[in-house]
Amino acid sequence: MYVAVILILVAVGTVVFHFMSPWWWTPIASNWGFIDNTIIITFWITGVVFVAVILFTAYCVLRYRYQEGRRAEYEPENKKLEWWLTGLTGVGVAGMLIPGLFVWNQFVNVPAEAAEIEVVGQQWNWSFRYPGKDGVMGTSNVRLINDDNPFGLNPDDPNGRDDVLVDGDDLHLPLGAPVKVLLRSIDVLHDFYVPQFRAKMDMVPGLVTYFWLTPTRPGTFDILCFELCGIGHHAMRGSVVVEAKEDFEGWLGEQETFAQAMRRTGTDKALALRAQQ
Amino acid sequence: MVDAAHDQVDFVPPAEVEEMELYHPKSFLTKYVFSQDAKVIAIQYSFTAIAIGLVALVLSWMMRLQLGFPETFSFIEAEDYYQFITMHGMIMVIYLLTALFLGGFGNYLIPLMVGARDMVFPYVNMLSYWIYLAAVLILLASFFVPGGPTGAGWTLYPPQAILPGTPGAEGGIILMLVSLAFFIVGFTMGGLNYVVTVLQARTRGMTLMRMPLTIWGIFMATVLALLAFPALFVGAVMMTLDSLLGTSFFMPAIVHMGEQLSYGGGSPVLFQHLFWFFGHPEVYIVALPAFGIVSDLISVHARRHIFGYRLMVWAIVIIGGLSFIVWAHHMYVSGMNPWFGFFFATTTLIIAIPTAIKVYNWVLTLWRGNIQLTIPMLFALAFIVTFVNGGITGLFLGNVVVDVPLSDTMFVVAHFHMVMGVAPIMVVFGAIYHWYPKMTGRMMNVAMGQIHFWITFLGAYAIFLPLHYLGFLGVPRRYYEMTDTTFIPASAQDLNAFVTVIALVVGAAQLLFLFNIGWSLVNGKKSGPNPWRATTLEWQTAQTPPGHGNFGKELPVVHRWAYAFGLPDATEDYVPQNLPPDQLNSDYDNSKLSPDTPQAAE
Repeated sequence: MYVAVILILVAVGTVVFHFMSPWWWTPIASNWGFIDNTIIITFWITGVVFVAVILFTAYCVLRYRYQEGRRAEYEPENKKLEWWLTGLTGVGVAGMLIPGLFVWNQFVNVPAEAAEIEVVGQQWNWSFRYPGKDGVMGTSNVRLINDDNPFGLNPDDPNGRDDVLVDGDDLHLPLGAPVKVLLRSIDVLHDFYVPQFRAKMDMVPGLVTYFWLTPTRPGTFDILCFELCGIGHHAMRGSVVVEAKEDFEGWLGEQETFAQAMRRTGTDKALALRAQQ
Repeated sequence: MVDAAHDQVDFVPPAEVEEMELYHPKSFLTKYVFSQDAKVIAIQYSFTAIAIGLVALVLSWMMRLQLGFPETFSFIEAEDYYQFITMHGMIMVIYLLTALFLGGFGNYLIPLMVGARDMVFPYVNMLSYWIYLAAVLILLASFFVPGGPTGAGWTLYPPQAILPGTPGAEGGIILMLVSLAFFIVGFTMGGLNYVVTVLQARTRGMTLMRMPLTIWGIFMATVLALLAFPALFVGAVMMTLDSLLGTSFFMPAIVHMGEQLSYGGGSPVLFQHLFWFFGHPEVYIVALPAFGIVSDLISVHARRHIFGYRLMVWAIVIIGGLSFIVWAHHMYVSGMNPWFGFFFATTTLIIAIPTAIKVYNWVLTLWRGNIQLTIPMLFALAFIVTFVNGGITGLFLGNVVVDVPLSDTMFVVAHFHMVMGVAPIMVVFGAIYHWYPKMTGRMMNVAMGQIHFWITFLGAYAIFLPLHYLGFLGVPRRYYEMTDTTFIPASAQDLNAFVTVIALVVGAAQLLFLFNIGWSLVNGKKSGPNPWRATTLEWQTAQTPPGHGNFGKELPVVHRWAYAFGLPDATEDYVPQNLPPDQLNSDYDNSKLSPDTPQAAE
């Protein structure tokens, strides 16, 4: 008796906890509401199955409790019942998978108008790069990284001269404009995640990975590293500021370009010298 | 289907093995230490696995103390924390669960349940244990080398696993990789035994479709392990070379702490493919034996045949096959080509169908049964609850787009603990309470079992259910501490403190279980040969515990499937697999032969 009651309490308690839980999605700030919707669909389908299975188990425990002398029914198979259950499960699975793949299709197809930005991860901080006025990122190479060129940009690539470099400041994004976030790591795996954006991707040394989003809510949000990257992993934090386009452009104009950085460090002189030789 | 229950073929003479052919051990050393008897090897495996599992339990307490009460325990530094999570995970998955299910239960049950004298290669089987023990000792040694054990996370992802900045990059990671290689060598020796014994040493009449599901689960899991572990083995070898010789299998060009390293051209993603090509089947290496064993626990203690036996067998086989084409669902956000997501999400969600069928059939076995709420049955019920819960959260993470926000959050931690930690461990406990009488001749104490069960089941559920919700919130896993954020409310810390307290209590309850094992050895009621009135062959042995060679002079002959419960035309509500069809109406209840039959029900 009490076993069945506890099983029922577990099922009911789980549902109650689900609806009463103070811990839930942090409010979304990107276009990926589709992801939240897929999760809601998944919750309903799986929740019904969970409650049904546990309650049925509790019913069996209650109804078919051991009685001396009684025999269990002998019916080793029931093809009809088994096919029905298999079919219904298949429908339920398709009900979750199809919307999921539909949204994934949006996720992997980056809109043509998305502006590129780059996030560079290293133990244990973030830096950011914007393509500058030409809208094109200059090429980069890990082997070019040194104190004067922390991003490893190719000084011979004209596309890189006007790239805007942000090291030690927040990432800024314009509100309502799609961005393709290019991700690069120079040492170990990292992962760029802003919980309010819902989208994340690992940063892999040797690769440029990406995802895209459209920020939909102004504000300052936390950036967290979501792939274990050594003893400072939990401290690898940053902030992203989503602001109106004018504010964003004003801020961007104050940042240093690669050409300016080269002038500041004197690298451009060495480069000019090399060109003469 | 009644024809499946009885042997219609003509009488076949029983198989005899002459005494001469069994090489009985002659000294204490060969009987109990360097034993070639699968039952002794099973107990050696089990004790070693449980001992190292206790280390992992203590490590989990330490990490829960840090999460629940940060800044209270100043001796736990970030470095220690990452070492604790790494060693906890690896020990639990490989050195406890894999070793216990296959080396422990596999060794004990396969020969007995298929009606064999022993494993087919007893000497190799013995070596398997000793190499496993060496692997465990090498793993433990990493706690004592400079820099301590590796803190790279149990997934050991390069480049960080072998670079300074990660604890144990000096020596711990090498010992981990060497230990894994030893484990795999040892496992292969045992695994070949399990597979060949099941395929070649079944007694007469034991067709594949009459085998108990326990054997099907262990058999299929062993096949998976033999095919999956080599991927981990080559990964471990390559990473060892990257670390010691400076090769670049997994290492691209890297600037580390401001310094150009000489690596170049390798791929960290390649390691992830190798790791998860092993790692996903590994989930089923743990789950399939649990599926099999719990099927038998449910059937015996509900006094009813398993429902849909043939579909249960096929589900095990199909799950085993599919488990090799879903691995990259662990890598949706790894930076691999995102178009893979379509394929791996589809295969992953399809695997839910045979898995769901298994759940339905367990519950339909209870339906119209005659359920005895023994301790093994309670654990089986707890398995159903925790496995269904953990299984459905797998449908979240398997659906690629849903995984994007949830990956590497506490949701993942909660999911895999529920589905491959709590649920299989419920089966481990149920199985120990179930087979302990056969191993020792005594019943385990029921009162202690009840306390142990309720604390463990409800406690573990209370630990892991709420952690899913921290994952929704966006709380990352593998964080030594969560400093201020704009999105995590203070109540999340209260929840963490609550979970820590429960975890300490649940952990302590396991001491009661261990005490029960020792106490019942001396004080438990005598069980007789077949206290649960079960049908399978291990309960029909001449001696309890069975001697070397398992059966008497004649091996049993099997006449029917393993689930002849509630046959309308039999005297008892169960018919042993080896009972000749003409004796269905005789008094074959061998538990009645024992003067002190225990109460089977609580």
